[in-house]
Amino acid sequence: MNWRRFLGTDTLLPYLLLLPTLAYLLVFFLVPLGNAISLSFWGEEGFTAQHFLGMFQDVKFGEAIKNTFFLALSIVPLQLITALLLAMLVNTRFRGSKFFLYLYALPLGISDLAAGLVWLAIFTQHGYLNSILMALGLIERPIYFISYQNVGLTFLTIVLAEHWRATAIVLVILVAGLQMISRDYLEAAEVLGAKRWQKLWYVILPLLKPSLQSALIIRTIFALQMFAVAIALGGEIVPVLAGESYYWYSSYRNPHIASAYAVLLMAISLGMTWVYLRFLRTRPEVTRL
Amino acid sequence: MNFRVLRRQTWLYLGASLAAFWVLVPIVFTALAAFTPKQDFYLWPKPVVPRRFSLDTMRFFLNTHGVLNSLLNSVWVALMTLGLTLGVGAPAGYAMARFLFRGREAFRLGILVTRMFPTALLAIPITVNFIRWGLYDTLLGVALIHTAMALPFAVIITTGIFLGVSKELEEAAMTLGCSRLGAFARVALPLALPGLAAAAMFTFVISWNEVFAATILTVQNRTLPAQVLTMLRVSPLYFRFAGGFFMIMPALLFMFFIRRYLFHMWGGATAER
Repeated sequence: MNWRRFLGTDTLLPYLLLLPTLAYLLVFFLVPLGNAISLSFWGEEGFTAQHFLGMFQDVKFGEAIKNTFFLALSIVPLQLITALLLAMLVNTRFRGSKFFLYLYALPLGISDLAAGLVWLAIFTQHGYLNSILMALGLIERPIYFISYQNVGLTFLTIVLAEHWRATAIVLVILVAGLQMISRDYLEAAEVLGAKRWQKLWYVILPLLKPSLQSALIIRTIFALQMFAVAIALGGEIVPVLAGESYYWYSSYRNPHIASAYAVLLMAISLGMTWVYLRFLRTRPEVTRL
Repeated sequence: MNFRVLRRQTWLYLGASLAAFWVLVPIVFTALAAFTPKQDFYLWPKPVVPRRFSLDTMRFFLNTHGVLNSLLNSVWVALMTLGLTLGVGAPAGYAMARFLFRGREAFRLGILVTRMFPTALLAIPITVNFIRWGLYDTLLGVALIHTAMALPFAVIITTGIFLGVSKELEEAAMTLGCSRLGAFARVALPLALPGLAAAAMFTFVISWNEVFAATILTVQNRTLPAQVLTMLRVSPLYFRFAGGFFMIMPALLFMFFIRRYLFHMWGGATAER
């Protein structure tokens, strides 16, 4: 058999090209996935729920799960609204809109840890915000934005930092989606006498649904995993699930409970994704993650 | 220009500038903090623009034990990650862009699904395995896990890039006597090169920014984010601000270079066929 000719045919070539990726993901994705599940369910005498029980009994567990949910619930909708407004603004294609879009996309390159530190400089006791408020004569002594006495405010600083950092990705997805909407639809709506909000509600939003869906899924999953922002800003004031997983591994050297946290996070992520796919149904061929 | 258009324009620019302000001000503050002399951090109220610019804070940061090393480690890990990721992922992207084959859709979905799993889920068992395999606390180990995280992005991005290089040109080269490999190397690759460079920079940034896996996978050989994260509780505020500045700057620089490809990549991730 002529190997050279066989390899040159288009039947086999694509599979050969996929092979490295498949092999890599098998070793560094599927195997660890299985390992994580066995780490969290396997004890010295086989199957056990003791690691999950240990997780539930963790003093931080209740707070962590509550914070993780509330953070995601307050960050994601806020980001979606901001990004939608900005995307529509940029999409009017005014002079210089490209420049502004580039500015808005900047935080895309900023890590969660760095974003937390950036906002720490602003919100810390003698930070920029307090200094400015003081210079303006609005306060007499610094406000403790980040403290155990004021968990609500600390929570808010985390929401702001995450909003600042991660809205860019939603924006880019939505702008890409908006650009695909043909001007013909909008012109048709105008001819038929649609007002501006009617165009938005009946034309733009339905056509944008696949992009909205992918943005929602991506952002929710990443918001649920967020931990470095919370740690950089609030230390352990606002514990979150991913942070607990980190502490259980790095401080307490317990890969089992750390994995239990990770598996719980995965279950929540998959559950949320299912909810979005179910309730924001789009034609299956245009569903994007 | 009539009054309504003028008013509309004013609102547009006002809104756009306000949003730009929101994005830029924290970055400016970080830069200011990094150039503020150490003792100024104890002033109250602190002057927003430092009384004098100094390299004090940055020098302190870089001279702190382990920091300079972690900076170099970060660069190495990111370079290894980008080599591995593109080496493994770009062929898959090419296949996705050029061929219709059985299982193509399943592969695409599989790639997208991998993005839904939390980092912790991969990082913890991989760390446990790496201890066994002797890869624990090595730069290669960190690069391997970063590659696993960046690979799905790389496949999606490179698919978009090769879709942007016309297939006809390659076919023309082949009818003119090029082999498939020759056509790829002489026609498709040069045309895709700027896009691939952007993808490489993006991969670099993913690795440069990653903190969870890098932290639990290393003890001595920390990357910069891992070093900063583990020192958070024991370091003075100005150390942390300087750390934030150092992590942000290269990322911003890269974002500047790849700005034209952002939509190619992210738009491509959602809009690609």
